Amino acid sequence: MRRMPRLIPSASQTVGPFFNFGLTANHALGIMAPDGAEGEHIKLVFRVIDGDGLPTPGDSMIELWQADSQGRFQHPADPRSAAADQNFSGFGRLETDANGVCVFETVKPGRVPNGDGGAQAPHINVTLFARGLGKPLRTRVYFAGDAANAEDPVLALVPSDRRDTLLLKPVAGQANAWAIEIHLQGEAETVFLDV
Amino acid sequence: MKEYPRTQPGTQPEYLYEGYRSSIRRAPSQPLIQVPHTLSELTGPLYGHYPIGESDSDLTRHFADPPLGERIIVAGRVLDEDGRGVPNALLEVWQANASGRYRHSKDSHPAPLDPNFLGAGRAITDDAGNYRFVSIKPGAYPWRNHPNAWRPAHIHFSLFGAGLLSRLVTQMYFPGDPLMATDPILHSIADEGARQRLVSSFDLSLTEPEWALGYRFDIVLRGRSATPFEEGRK
Repeated sequence: MRRMPRLIPSASQTVGPFFNFGLTANHALGIMAPDGAEGEHIKLVFRVIDGDGLPTPGDSMIELWQADSQGRFQHPADPRSAAADQNFSGFGRLETDANGVCVFETVKPGRVPNGDGGAQAPHINVTLFARGLGKPLRTRVYFAGDAANAEDPVLALVPSDRRDTLLLKPVAGQANAWAIEIHLQGEAETVFLDV
Repeated sequence: MKEYPRTQPGTQPEYLYEGYRSSIRRAPSQPLIQVPHTLSELTGPLYGHYPIGESDSDLTRHFADPPLGERIIVAGRVLDEDGRGVPNALLEVWQANASGRYRHSKDSHPAPLDPNFLGAGRAITDDAGNYRFVSIKPGAYPWRNHPNAWRPAHIHFSLFGAGLLSRLVTQMYFPGDPLMATDPILHSIADEGARQRLVSSFDLSLTEPEWALGYRFDIVLRGRSATPFEEGRK
């Protein structure tokens, strides 16, 4: 039997420069893991840099989506969702500040099953919206030094000389804090994903 | 695990569209790397129990007095790629006021702010995917993209559907607006049909007599809801 004809998804349009009062007025969405959430509590520092090497001041927005500390999602597509940590939503959203920076409080995600019996390395899905972007940029960030990175099936698709652009690095002098710069262009351009 | 269908060429904006000046220093220069859809992409934030206030979807009731402008009703359905309504989708909207000014500290357009209009609202779709907002028609406004550049009247829409890949931020336009013909943001979408689908239609059946004009705007999110039973038939 032939499928019903598909509808074509509506086109994206830029979030523009003035989304703050509509989308990011609530900074509580930067705190993904309240005290009661299971796992290793961490801070993630993102900085977004444009093609002129300048931070994107207040006119870009980052959304994060990640598994809980055991690699589970609160979503019906995950067969283990019933066991997922009820104190952890997995979602965060913040605008970048005047210095292009936003800081999330979360837990280190566990390894997500890969569907073929293997497991992915701990990672966080990043969706970046900005003035100038007609559609969001999507990528993943991983934790530098994690042994599981070597067997991650998505990281394996990224040319080895560009994998470093997806690695969160420990922040010197701060326990449990990790940082990464998202470069839209240039020598250190971040690897973006077509999903 | 079932992957989402991939995007058809031309139906989404290109990252680099030189007519939209801001894209030049923000579009990635390297090709994107195509990745499979794993559990990480097939899940996503759900908003079934998001606290939405009764007046959140009526932007004319956020202050004691009503805002200035032409009162409108914007309603429609949120659908998936199979044409099925998406229940519990969160919609967030934001817009300029009737004079074309946003309530944002960096909007320098010398048009008056309206003390009775914030310009942001939220709604959740019902079981059939229906949503409805009440607002005022936003004004056009100038921007510095090119000489004498004006944005057509539009309402920004943000949607969360069934999963991460259903996430959509877009803009709704109004039928017959002459500024659409020269708007580089709309024209960053190559496909004419895809552009037209962002234009709402005037709908007399949504219009409330002696109260507000009705505009219909249906939105299609990525993803399919076909059951495993249908999936198994060839």
